[in-house]
Amino acid sequence: MKVRITVNGTLTEREIEPRTLLVHYLRDELGLTGTHVGCDTSNCGACTVLLDGDAVKSCTVLAAQADGGAVATVEGLAASGPLAALQEGFWEAHGLQCGFCTPGMLMAATQLLRRNPDPTDAEIRRGLEGNLCRCTGYANIVRAVRLAARKGA
Amino acid sequence: MIPPAFEYVRAASVDEALAHLAKYGDDARLLAGGHSLLPLMRLRLAAPRVLVDIGRIRELAYVRAEGGELAIGALTTHHAVEQAAAVATAARALADAASVLGDPQVRNRGTIGGELAHADPAADYGAVVLALGGTVTAAGRGGRRTVAIDDWVRGPFTTALQPGEILLEYRAPAAAAREGSVYRKFARRASDYGMVGVAVRLGLGADGRCTSARIALSCVSDQPVRAQAAEAALAGRAPEGDAVREAAAVVLQGVRVADDPFCPADYRTHLAQVETARAIAEAAARARAA
Repeated sequence: MKVRITVNGTLTEREIEPRTLLVHYLRDELGLTGTHVGCDTSNCGACTVLLDGDAVKSCTVLAAQADGGAVATVEGLAASGPLAALQEGFWEAHGLQCGFCTPGMLMAATQLLRRNPDPTDAEIRRGLEGNLCRCTGYANIVRAVRLAARKGA
Repeated sequence: MIPPAFEYVRAASVDEALAHLAKYGDDARLLAGGHSLLPLMRLRLAAPRVLVDIGRIRELAYVRAEGGELAIGALTTHHAVEQAAAVATAARALADAASVLGDPQVRNRGTIGGELAHADPAADYGAVVLALGGTVTAAGRGGRRTVAIDDWVRGPFTTALQPGEILLEYRAPAAAAREGSVYRKFARRASDYGMVGVAVRLGLGADGRCTSARIALSCVSDQPVRAQAAEAALAGRAPEGDAVREAAAVVLQGVRVADDPFCPADYRTHLAQVETARAIAEAAARARAA
């Protein structure tokens, strides 16, 4: 089947099998490997992207379901050069060690700050509930999001 | 893990979806948010030959308060249920469940209709809709029919929905004055399935005694259960002290309690009793404030 999906502002069009998952569309069809496959069972959140503005686990969405929609991935956060406030927050607050969960954390945090520009620490933790970090960096991730909120992400 | 191959068709309306179901019969499964079905397909526990995507039938995504009832369309996402002012006012326990179900990403995609039709024994809404009461409406080729919520779930992952039918709406009686409802879930970790989920709906008279009580649990057995012995223990009594203790003590009476290495049956029973007592207290507080 043919799908047309706008990714980071650019219209993409591919002939795919209906069973193609959105994460594989992004990684294998478009070469956007910033979105990671972690647990592969909709738990870990490493594959989080925004679909029509909502954070979704792209391992649990068919590319066919996103047909006609707009997807934002981590590659789009700083497309124009300077780091986004969230990326700077993660940098400054040491919000990552190995970095595997980071793209998903950034996209989940993007939705979090859009819905709630001035979250408490408890709200940040709740907003990132669907994202796992195996380096146990949660404390610094919360600090990073708080820092970004102050900068006006 | 990539799902087995399937044919994908998209329905723009309920009638179109019904026509697809009629055409493909048992080979077809409905796809709404996909947050139960797609994981099953990826684990090869389900392998439908045809997926009928109903996710774009926007007229099935709504929350409406009408005539003393709260009507929620099948394609309303958990996030929308969590956010809707009408849900918070008329059926607070549903908002409680929507806010602890899965995680923010799952809540953006998963739908109330999908969860009710999937009928996972550990699903949070299972207990809530039993405690709230109300009905489920389904459409088939022969027209629409309404099923009382107590008759909805027939067993694990099994509902009264017939082949070829689509769930359209859940409808709950809206909370009246001095009525309150709550859902409490006990889970080991963030975004986990519950070990116990308790939903309570209470109505209080001017004297503070229960005029109505419905209590239901999820995650405790192979399907959600009404706790009628516990409801009877509250009947006509103020929801405090001995009445609450007695209700909690019998909350799983007659239930074959799920037993697994992470949560043995005796521990699960203990949790259910503690959470029931807390839920009754919270529902009573909400009823007094309503």
